[in-house]
Amino acid sequence: MIELNKENFEAEVLNAEGTVLVDFWSPSCEPCKALMPHVHEYEEVYGDKIKFTSLDITVARRVAIGQKVLGLPVIAIYKNGERVDAVVGDEATTKSVEELIKKYC
Amino acid sequence: MVYDVVIIGAGPAGLSAGLYAARARLKTLIVEKEAAGGQIATTDEVANYPGSIEHATGPSLVARMVQQAEEFGAEKVSDTVVSVDLEGDIKTVKCEKNEYKTKTIIIATGAVPKHIGCPGEKELTGRGISYCATCDGAFFEDLEVFVVGGGDSAVEEAMYLTKFARKVTIVHRRDALRAAKSIQEKAFKNEKMAFMWDSVITEVKGDGILQSMVVKNVKTGEESEYFADEDDGTFGIFVFVGYDPATKLFEGMIDMENGYIKTDDNMKTNIPGVFAAGDNRVKSLRQVVTATADGAIAATQAEKYIEEHF
Repeated sequence: MIELNKENFEAEVLNAEGTVLVDFWSPSCEPCKALMPHVHEYEEVYGDKIKFTSLDITVARRVAIGQKVLGLPVIAIYKNGERVDAVVGDEATTKSVEELIKKYC
Repeated sequence: MVYDVVIIGAGPAGLSAGLYAARARLKTLIVEKEAAGGQIATTDEVANYPGSIEHATGPSLVARMVQQAEEFGAEKVSDTVVSVDLEGDIKTVKCEKNEYKTKTIIIATGAVPKHIGCPGEKELTGRGISYCATCDGAFFEDLEVFVVGGGDSAVEEAMYLTKFARKVTIVHRRDALRAAKSIQEKAFKNEKMAFMWDSVITEVKGDGILQSMVVKNVKTGEESEYFADEDDGTFGIFVFVGYDPATKLFEGMIDMENGYIKTDDNMKTNIPGVFAAGDNRVKSLRQVVTATADGAIAATQAEKYIEEHF
């Protein structure tokens, strides 16, 4: 997983070609942390088709809000820099995340 | 392989059941679909659980409960239950990844937060509407936040949010809080806190991000729209208006009352070998302390049931 921050978000996500997954999380978000190891597993399986990245919102709050992310967890898919899909909050389960990933593989 | 007990849910009830069952040398499996801990995993402060003092947080309490259950030998898996077969001596718990056979089942699925139920809420969840202060509080640093509800959770989480937000306003449908007096006293003293009485939110609006809400005064019937500060562009609404039992999976199989599972004093449901523990059952007080007590009783009763039936 590529760790995102204020400096590299634009280059790695918004100006990136192809499909990028962004895992928005924070250290105080327990559901996010429970989901994270599964996202790492999915990277093992699908990492050749989708670029996996994560953004700790506590180091880049404005970037997250700029992406209209104001609640966690959010697993979002970007295609050529455009956010095309996401699972948010309660809906973000291991199952829904894998389905989301498969949809864009 | 057949387990002695499969526990569905790893909140305080499930973890306590796991601890007691494993100590009794029962072959014990705890199945949890998300993070361990249930509702308290996302609770900042747990001040009323005996023994948890000095700024005990939900996650720290959960971590200790998990450790304790695992040290006694309870297995824990991350999986989602899709169906159960409760009939017969050997019961089946079918999950997304695996299927488990077991002599007894303890249902400790807990409860899930209720929603406001107003237009726009679903679309703006995670975009200004939140049900978890510890998850999302940090987004609202120096912004304005509204908290819906008047119980212990609402007021405690509102005070937690004052660490981040410029101002936190409790929106409550009555003219007085329902939270414990000691919590109320702290809230009234907090300078960042404000109160909007006799009020309900009837609609939330925004283009991809929460920008305004319509508030109705339930006494006068008058409606007014609140808009985000222009410089802020947005604000937060945190919802703590109670919980619904997570029992859909067992509808039509187990006796229930308004969605809550009916048990006797020994946590027995109407099906032999199937027990319920915690917030998902009919009871008068839903707290960590009563959940852990339920779990302990259910596990010891499961042990007794196995001795008598196998």
